Amino acid sequence: MTKPLVAIRSVSKSFGEFQALKKVSLDVWPGEVMCLIGASGSGKTTLLRCINQLATIDAGGIWLEGELLGVREQGGRLRRLTEREIGRQRLKTGMVFQRFNLFPHKTALENITEGPTQVQGRKADEVRAEALDLLRRVGLAAKADSYPAQLSGGQQQRVAIARALAMKPMLMLFDEPTSALDPELVGEVLAVMKELARSGMTMMVVTHELGFAREVADRVVYMDQGAIVEQGRASDVLGAPREERTRAFLSAVI
Amino acid sequence: MKPAPALADGFPDLSGMQIAREPHWFRWLSAALIILVLAAIARAFAAGQIEWSYVGRFLTAKVILEGIVNTMVMAVLAMALGIVLGIVVAIMRLSPNPVLKTVAAGYTWLFRGTPLILQLLLWFNLALVFPTIGIPGLWSARAVDVMTPFLAALLGLGINQGAYTSEVMRAGMLSVDIGQYEAAQAIGMGRLRALRRIVLPQAMRVVIPPLGNEFIGMVKATSLASVIQYPELLHNAENIYYANSRVIELLIVAGLWYLLVVSILTPLQMLLERRFARGTLRLAR
Repeated sequence: MTKPLVAIRSVSKSFGEFQALKKVSLDVWPGEVMCLIGASGSGKTTLLRCINQLATIDAGGIWLEGELLGVREQGGRLRRLTEREIGRQRLKTGMVFQRFNLFPHKTALENITEGPTQVQGRKADEVRAEALDLLRRVGLAAKADSYPAQLSGGQQQRVAIARALAMKPMLMLFDEPTSALDPELVGEVLAVMKELARSGMTMMVVTHELGFAREVADRVVYMDQGAIVEQGRASDVLGAPREERTRAFLSAVI
Repeated sequence: MKPAPALADGFPDLSGMQIAREPHWFRWLSAALIILVLAAIARAFAAGQIEWSYVGRFLTAKVILEGIVNTMVMAVLAMALGIVLGIVVAIMRLSPNPVLKTVAAGYTWLFRGTPLILQLLLWFNLALVFPTIGIPGLWSARAVDVMTPFLAALLGLGINQGAYTSEVMRAGMLSVDIGQYEAAQAIGMGRLRALRRIVLPQAMRVVIPPLGNEFIGMVKATSLASVIQYPELLHNAENIYYANSRVIELLIVAGLWYLLVVSILTPLQMLLERRFARGTLRLAR
């Protein structure tokens, strides 16, 4: 039997008084495309940020490829990993942010090559060739030497996806990748994500694009108030939700 | 509702007409007034007891030229020390480590809290506190020999500058969006690498105008080193007027040189700003 790529067990996380995650458990299987939906504050973004350790969990555990994230067991206690070890674990996941977060002082190409050359220490010309391939893949071969400020939001987000892919992650995390975009630019980003899904990449996507979820997701997870309320095939969760809260949310968004 | 007509009548075509220039009487009047006042001041100085020939003669005197060279050498070195210290202290200040944070805050508090001239005098007179300095068993020397006017001025000016620069750098680093740290972390960078590769280059754009300000201040602050016998511009000018009593003439000579140097620095700062503005839409176009 295959093992889950990501195993989340009883994860809790609070910001002060606010409990963002309440004992969440979830598995993500290799090659799976999972869409996380729910109102803002439901914990879906926090869950994503915990997986690539931009947020540290308060309790529970997350395993990526069987490796415990952020801590190690030592003599019956958990010890936090060093910054370097956490950096190494982060390389297995690629993150795409709502607000793109491209490096404004670097060109599109430099944004993509920064990680592989600086962090992974790979050869510049080899990385450059790969980066150009990635730009072609997201349809921006002509924009290699453009700075982020010269690109539209949709183009910036596609560069950001290429930047994450350049690290050759085994899991791609998307945090509301189209929420900051003008409506006419959403499609081009979703098209790149669909292509990525078809290529077999394991993806966790926090999104409000229910059409995308319906079309691409293998599984849809609905979260509310820091907990998973309902999950299942997209057609089931979106088409025939079992839970009252899911129904209320869906009727509010559509 | 009526169907919309093509265009309503009663609005003449103005496309061929130009907007007339305004006379701006007040601008002319105020400019004339200011020129008048300046002329009066110039006349007063021309008629005053100033031997302008001395100004001309000493403007390029060897001692004065040496002074301006020493002033610039000190300003550049002390500023370099100040920037290095400033960056290190700013990073310490923003670190999660409370020990580093406290040390950084203490440094800024101490060196911003006391007058620069007092710090210079303390460094210069360090021999009164520690007659010999060194590493026990390895190396030692008499403090009077080590603490030359040059070293005392460099330490005094540079360490003081570091305290101010650290706040400028901290402001610059805080101006960079938190998403930039997160994006850097997400591609596996540690804190220091993210600072060096991602945050500091972006902070530079913000800190260059205030740093240019600080450097201009530093050029002039070197004149305080005259009190500890460092042979910079003002110190050398003073030495000349101690001998020939042409006080005002030599102060004017020094003043002209400071003005000249600062005038050259301003366009240099513009060049530097352009260099670090890569990627901003205004200049990338």
